[in-house]
Amino acid sequence: MVEETLKLAYGENSDLLKDKRVAAVQALSGTGACRLFADFQKRFSPDSQIYIPVPTWANHHNIWRDAHVPQRTFHYYHPQSRGLDFASMMDDIKNAPNGSFFLLHACAHNPTGVDPSEEQWREISQQFKVKGHFAFFDMAYQGFASGDPERDAKSIRIFLEDGHLIGCPILCKEYGTLWSESWLSNPPVHGALIVSTILGDPDLKKLWLKEVKGMADRIIGMRTTLRENLEKLGSPLPWEHVTKQIGMFCYSGMTPEQVDRLTKEYHIYMTRNGRISMAGVTTGNVGYLANAIHEVTKSG
Amino acid sequence: MSDSVFASVVQAPEDPILGVTVAYNKDQSPVKLNLGVGAYRTEEGKPLVLNVVRKAEQMLVNDQSRVKEYLPITGLADFNKLSAKLIFGANSPAIQENRVTTVQCLSGTGSLRVGAEFLARHYHEKTIYIPQPTWGNHPKVFTLAGLSVKSYRYYDPSTRGLDFSGLLEDLGSAPSGAIVLLHACAHNPTGVDPTSDQWEQIRQLMRSKGLLPFFDSAYQRNLDADAGSIRLFVADGGECLAAQSYAKNMGLYGERVGALSIVCKTADVATRVESQLKLVIRPMYSNPPIHGASIVATILKDGDMYTEWSVELKAMADRIISMRQQLYDALCARGTPGDWSHIIKQIGMFTFTGLNTNQVAFMTKEYHIYMTSDGRISMAGLSSRTVPHLADAIHAAVTSVA
Repeated sequence: MVEETLKLAYGENSDLLKDKRVAAVQALSGTGACRLFADFQKRFSPDSQIYIPVPTWANHHNIWRDAHVPQRTFHYYHPQSRGLDFASMMDDIKNAPNGSFFLLHACAHNPTGVDPSEEQWREISQQFKVKGHFAFFDMAYQGFASGDPERDAKSIRIFLEDGHLIGCPILCKEYGTLWSESWLSNPPVHGALIVSTILGDPDLKKLWLKEVKGMADRIIGMRTTLRENLEKLGSPLPWEHVTKQIGMFCYSGMTPEQVDRLTKEYHIYMTRNGRISMAGVTTGNVGYLANAIHEVTKSG
Repeated sequence: MSDSVFASVVQAPEDPILGVTVAYNKDQSPVKLNLGVGAYRTEEGKPLVLNVVRKAEQMLVNDQSRVKEYLPITGLADFNKLSAKLIFGANSPAIQENRVTTVQCLSGTGSLRVGAEFLARHYHEKTIYIPQPTWGNHPKVFTLAGLSVKSYRYYDPSTRGLDFSGLLEDLGSAPSGAIVLLHACAHNPTGVDPTSDQWEQIRQLMRSKGLLPFFDSAYQRNLDADAGSIRLFVADGGECLAAQSYAKNMGLYGERVGALSIVCKTADVATRVESQLKLVIRPMYSNPPIHGASIVATILKDGDMYTEWSVELKAMADRIISMRQQLYDALCARGTPGDWSHIIKQIGMFTFTGLNTNQVAFMTKEYHIYMTSDGRISMAGLSSRTVPHLADAIHAAVTSVA
């Protein structure tokens, strides 16, 4: 399973894999992999910090805190444009001490859905080279973002082409053994067998890719429909970001108070940072959702 | 390309127990015998998936309404309730009074780790006393969780039994409130368990000093009897932790299924403790895997399947007991010097033979028998066919190697 997963992340014909330059171990999903890396980072770079984007998945902060790795943040999301604050992000990368550790979301940033463009990834990669930074990619949504796993791994591939050493949700074997042993001795077999069965069989893999694309397309479809509905309702606010953002989440830009109204008055539940899981939107409820959002946001 | 940021990372040592299997696999001898890892093997030397487990899995797969959504952080609720009943007894007042919080964890190891991390954060005493010897992974688990580890005397090499007075002395001089790791039954690696009278004395001593019991229950087979020690402690109304594993008794090794229970003085405390356990778990792995826990819950909640399970469990335990008897008889028949009665007295999957590292190395080299260097053999790895070979090897080792 580990082998097949590596091919998926790094490419079938990756030199990295041919040269056996990847140390990998099965972990307990993304959380487990992040925690394993964080503990490893603490052990082997005890004075290092981790730079975490603002915002990020809330549990990232808990993970590195519990691993006793001090955290700093770097600019990422630009609330006004509801897009990437690229200039500030690059400033933070330049100003961080050489050889810093950075947490990057490979694709479909959680919670904002805002990803750097390919061009921007190349610039980020270049700057990382100049500064000797280490990139740890959290890739929870490969395949989910665009529907194409190859495309979704682009950021990682760019970094690898540029010769970086990176860390990714699959992790260090010999080095990780000590840690994983003291948490769980060895990982659960069932899920891993399912994955290896699917990735290891060309027909099953094809079927999987089709189903992943199906899921991604449905979500993209819902983004389009939600935006159209909001614009049709004559909302004074811009809703471009709904279709520009990538992945499972839409960072709507609604305030906590507006979210509270959605919940109280319309029985719509989402996290108070205004993050909507587009996966919960269906053709059956998108109209209701658009109407509710319009009602709570129309007065600005 | 710049130098690796991990250039200073050294190759970590192999796990000593798993290393035994590595060496065994390399050996080409047709008579080789793997008595290292504590996993059950059939008379034919093969791993065993219980029939009742296969049945449960089939039921799960056939149920089209089942989904693979995230479990809550605390795991599968049914599984937790049923696990608590299994270990504390269905009629346990602690359960009826809602004083027990149970969370699904990654088998025994995961339960120990989560419990230890919780204690390191919320308990006033950061020292845990572990028996000498104990399972090789125990010290690492507790240390990495932030506790400091001390040991108490347990095994007496001269009697190959319990050093009871040493145990009482060491626990007696532990600081009040210290945590004490107890193997609920079938002590690993020695197979030496306290008698029920001795357990009662241990309980009295611990309660008088406010020592906090942390039970490791990996071998509950004789379902009520094997939980006797734990139930003794719970019956006095006091608090304790219990780490439970389904690796051995349901043969679910690779599914990583277990549970951590914390018995508290009041339901209110239990609720608050549970809320903090969630904060320990979430940044580790968010929530536990569904498959193994679903198998366990399916079996435990169905009367017929539960019965079937206990029958299969008894068969496994009986086979091991039979191996003990056969080995003992074989050594007696050969007139092997020494008292070998500990083989039939010790309990569970392992026998602490009392052989020293030289003798063990001799047995590996000359007889292709693999075991951990402390002389521990996994009885589950023996069969009627291979007992004579082992008996010959022990006889030769004892008579020719000092």
